Formats: sequence, structure tokens, C-alpha cells
Amino acid sequence: MTAIPLKRPVTTETPRGTAPTRGRIEIRDFGLRYETAAGATDAVSSVSLTVEPGEFVSIIGPSGCGKSTMLNALAGFLKPTSGTVAVDGKPIDGPGADRGMIFQQYSLFPWKTVRENVEFGLKMKGIDRAERARQARTLLGLAGLSQFENQYPDALSGGMKQRVGIVRALATGPRILLLDEPFGALDAQTRLIMQQILTNMWQRLKISVLFVTHDIDEAIFLSDRVYVMTARPGAIKAEVAVPLPRPREPALIMSSEFLALRRGLMSLIREESLKAMGGEINDDAMKGLAANFEGQDIASAL
Amino acid sequence: MAGATLPTPLERASAPASASQRCGAAPGRGAPAAPRRSRFSRLPLRSAALSVLSLALFVLAWHLLTTYRVNIYVRFMNVPSPSDVLASARTALASSAFFDHVYMSCRRILYGFLIAAAVAIPLGLLMGRFRLLKELVFPVAEVLRPIPAIAWVPMAIMLWPTNEESIVFITFLGSFFPILLNTLHGMATVDPVLVRAARCLGAKEIALLREVYLPATLPQIFTGLTVGMGVAWVSLIAAEMISGQFGIGYFTWEAYSLVQYSDIALGMISIGALGLASSWAIRMVGRLVMPWSAAR
Ligand SMILES: Nc1ncnc2c1ncn2[C@@H]1O[C@H](COP(=O)(O)OP(=O)(O)OP(=O)(O)O)[C@@H](O)[C@H]1O
Ligand SMILES: [Mg+2]
Repeated sequence: MTAIPLKRPVTTETPRGTAPTRGRIEIRDFGLRYETAAGATDAVSSVSLTVEPGEFVSIIGPSGCGKSTMLNALAGFLKPTSGTVAVDGKPIDGPGADRGMIFQQYSLFPWKTVRENVEFGLKMKGIDRAERARQARTLLGLAGLSQFENQYPDALSGGMKQRVGIVRALATGPRILLLDEPFGALDAQTRLIMQQILTNMWQRLKISVLFVTHDIDEAIFLSDRVYVMTARPGAIKAEVAVPLPRPREPALIMSSEFLALRRGLMSLIREESLKAMGGEINDDAMKGLAANFEGQDIASAL
Repeated sequence: MAGATLPTPLERASAPASASQRCGAAPGRGAPAAPRRSRFSRLPLRSAALSVLSLALFVLAWHLLTTYRVNIYVRFMNVPSPSDVLASARTALASSAFFDHVYMSCRRILYGFLIAAAVAIPLGLLMGRFRLLKELVFPVAEVLRPIPAIAWVPMAIMLWPTNEESIVFITFLGSFFPILLNTLHGMATVDPVLVRAARCLGAKEIALLREVYLPATLPQIFTGLTVGMGVAWVSLIAAEMISGQFGIGYFTWEAYSLVQYSDIALGMISIGALGLASSWAIRMVGRLVMPWSAAR
């Protein structure tokens, strides 16, 4: 039933051949404050952003600016302190299978085989065993994971685990996929492959994707639009459209359009990262960094 | 006698290794299997041989100490020798009375332990899940926990109408706290990301407990069961010695009263064997319900 989106006729040309109408994310004046014993922390303040149905949007920003906080509010784990978080006009009220989430940490259930992991969401929907198994097999087949279906996650590589995680999140047929630095722990080659798998899945399923990353190349390569966040308390610093044609090949990252986008984002991020690390590096410190010890070790130079 | 049998297991230990090397050298036949087989067979065999050796040395020491009636502050005069014990084991195993004692003890362990597991595991899961319940139950548990189950014997006899029930109660108490505390500890260490992943996939409270918290806690639960089983035996034997009319603990104590010294050792050995068998059974059940950890 639920995995049916995959069975729609696949259009390989343009992803927006038939525009999807559901899966619109709308965040308005969102603010979130953590109350802890040590005091209150404003993690995010007055963020507004939208993801149109079927759009692929990335968020980049310095560490600790509240990216995970925002995704957790979207997933329904956190209530906004101010503002609204809504999907298709309905405010979010707790987690649910209409929003799939991929975490930075591997989150497969170690006590379930690959197939049982993929079946989990279907089981929660009350789908019977045989039908679950059939749908899970189909999905694993599409993701090229059939030969691993009876293995436990411990036997899989990191990239394979995240792939199963994506399949598991998609199995319930969500309108929205939230990804929190999902490929952060993977090596560069695996990361490229995972990016292509994700793009491919997204184009076929026509779901909305909100993707958090700190990798500028990854954000440009994958997205239709990129939001850049400021240092904590996180706010939107800039919104950058990525008008690069699809399908995108890995060679794209050498093109001048790509490099121009990259330069722009790079300088935006750099400002914020410096702020996040405790302010601009001043002239004295710069001089210090440029000092040349002429082959002496530090102790004797001092 | 023991010395003559010893070299055999050691010789056997080295034999399969050379056999498999020969097998590996044979052209085109199981070359990749050969190193695997030798690695798998040599280590267990070696440790098995060493186990036999260590047991044999123990029995040998026992034999020498008792036949020469060694008396250096510790007195082995009245201690039965291995052959005495073997003889009394023969008579005991031929009678049904001995088996009745063993059966009674096993039944008490089974009842006490199973009731403890059936109460402590769900209670631990719920306490780990709901703060209020934990805050309500934990203080009582903390106060009762340091009281050894044996100290409950007089109270148990007052509480329960029959002797049998009070002994089962003591056994229950002995295994209850290790199981509860280990389950609680397991609940505290469940990876929150797994819980969030399950909730994102539509899991509600009951499904979370059954599909995430319980399996995530199983390794600690089984640690608790193993420890609990040990304490259950300790408590049972003590209770049987004090207030029993049947049971292997009673058998051992009665042997002392009746000056049948070799039966004391027989009782002790039986208790050891039963304890060993029950912890082995728990390990087997653990492997059965946690197939993923065997794959590690
Ligand atoms: N449970 C919490 N209690 C208190 N403060 C928190 C909590 N979670 C996060 N914070 C704080 O809120 C801020 C935002 O955290 P968040 O994890 O959303 O950042 P992030 O942008 O995802 O960072 P990173 O890129 O390192 O993952 C951080 O400064 C963090 O210290
Ligand atoms: Mg984060």
C-alpha cells in the first residue's frame, strides 16, 4: 500500500514532470530555547524558511547554530518556543511516519536484520507479515541491497547502513525526508555514491527533502536551494538558488557555475564560522599565524 | 592413575592441527577451509585439555590430602576421599530419595526464579520508561536490596502459610534485585537515536517498549538473569539448610547431622553441578533470543 509511490511510472527526464502537490514545509519565525540547569540557551531565533513540494533544499551553517534543533522540531521531537512549524499547512504535533528522518549516527536496529529494519515502519502501520516482506524486498531490490536482506546491521559498512536507513525511512511513503548530516561519517568516494543514490530516489519519489550538511560541495551538488545560517542563535543569513541543470554528473563540480556558487557560499560560511569560534581573528593574531620560525622549533623561537 | 590419563588430551590437541595441515597440502581440496578448521579446532581442544588437566589436578590433590589424612591446622581427617564420595554417589543415584531432593530444589529454583524474572523484567522496563514509577519504587528497592535473602528466612516463615512457599519466596527475593537492577541499567543505556528513529517510523509507546527498549536491554537483562540465578541458588540452599525438609541443601545439612560425611561432599558437588547447568541453560536461552549478538 504505502510503498506504492515507488511503483509510479518513473520519469527520467525532468523531476518536476508532474509537480507534486504535497509535502510543503513551512517554518515561520521559528525560535527555540533550551532550558537547562545552567541557564537558557537560544539555539535558533526567528528562522523562516519554506520547502516547496518536491523541492530539494539544503541548510548549511557553522557548528552549533541549531541545524539539528530545527530538524528535530520538524520531526516533532521539539516544540518551538516561538513561531510555527507546519507541513502542508498543519502545525506539527509529535513525530510521525509522514516525515522520514535520517540521523547522522547510524540508527538501524542492531537486533533486526536489514529486511526487518526496512519492514519496521510498515509493521507500525499494521500491515501483515507477508505483505511487509514483499514490499521490503521490492524496496531493497531497487536500492541494490537484496543480497544483504538477512544480515544484521553490524555486518554492514557505514555507507551500506545509511543506505538501508534511507530505504527504511522511505518505506512508509513519507512526503518529506529530513536528513541531518547523513553522510558526515563516510569517506569521500562512498559519499559521492550516496549522493547519487539519494538524488535518484528523490527524483523518482518526488518527495520534499530538507538536507543538513556542513559540506558546501554536497549542498550545491544536491540542492535546488541552499539556506546559509548564522552562528548561534541560528538565523537565516542568506538563501542561494542553485540553477544547475539536472541530472547532475560528478563532473559538474568542476564547472565555472558550480565554482562561482561555491565561492559565494564559502565566504558566507567563513564569516559565520569565525564568529562561531569566538569572533574575527584580529590583526595581531593574523601576524602570529604568519610568523615564520625559520626552521627553529617553537621553544627556541620563544 | 590420573597421571597416566593426562598426556592423552594434550597429544590429541596437537593431532588435528597436523592432520589439517596435511589436508591443506592435498592438491585442490579445501585449501581455504584448512586454516579455518585448524584455528577452530585447536583452540577449543587446547582449552578443553587444560580444563581436564586442572580438574584432574584438583581431584588428585583432594585424593592425596584425604588418603594421607593431612592435618596441618586445616584438618582433612574426616573429609571423605573422592572414592568415598563416588561410592556414596552410587548408592544415592540408585535410590529415589536423592532424586526427590534434587527435584524439589530444582522446582523451588524454577518457581522462585521465573516469578522473579516475570516481575522484575517488566517492572524494570516500565521504571526505565516512566520516571514517576521509578521515583516511587526505587527508594523501597534501595532499602530492601542490601538485606541478604537469608536474613529473610524467619520473616518468610511468618509471612507464608507453608514452608514450601516461604522457601520459594526466599529464592524469589534472591534473584529479584539483580534482575531488576540490571534491567534498569540496560534501560538507562538504550541509544536515544534508536528510540527517535522508531518514533519517526510511527512507533507508539507499546511498540517502543516491545520493539526497541526490550531488545536493546536484553543483553543486560541476561546479565541480570545469570547473576540472579547464582544468588537464587545461594538463597535456596541457605533456606533449605535452615527450614527445609527436602531439597539438596537439606540433604547436605542432614548428612552432617547424621555423620555421613561423604554425603556432604556429594551434596556440595550436586549443588555445584546444578548451578553450572542452570547458568548454562540461561546462556543457551540468551543465544536463542539474541541471534544478532551471536553474529558479532
Ligand atoms: N538538549 C540540549 N540542551 C541544551 N542545549 C542544547 C541541547 N541541544 C543542543 N543544544 C545547544 O543548542 C545549540 C544548537 O545545537 P544543534 O545541535 O542544533 O546545532 P547544530 O547546528 O546541529 O550543530 P552541529 O553542526 O555541530 O551538529 C548548540 O549550541 C547546543 O549546545
Ligand atoms: Mg547537528
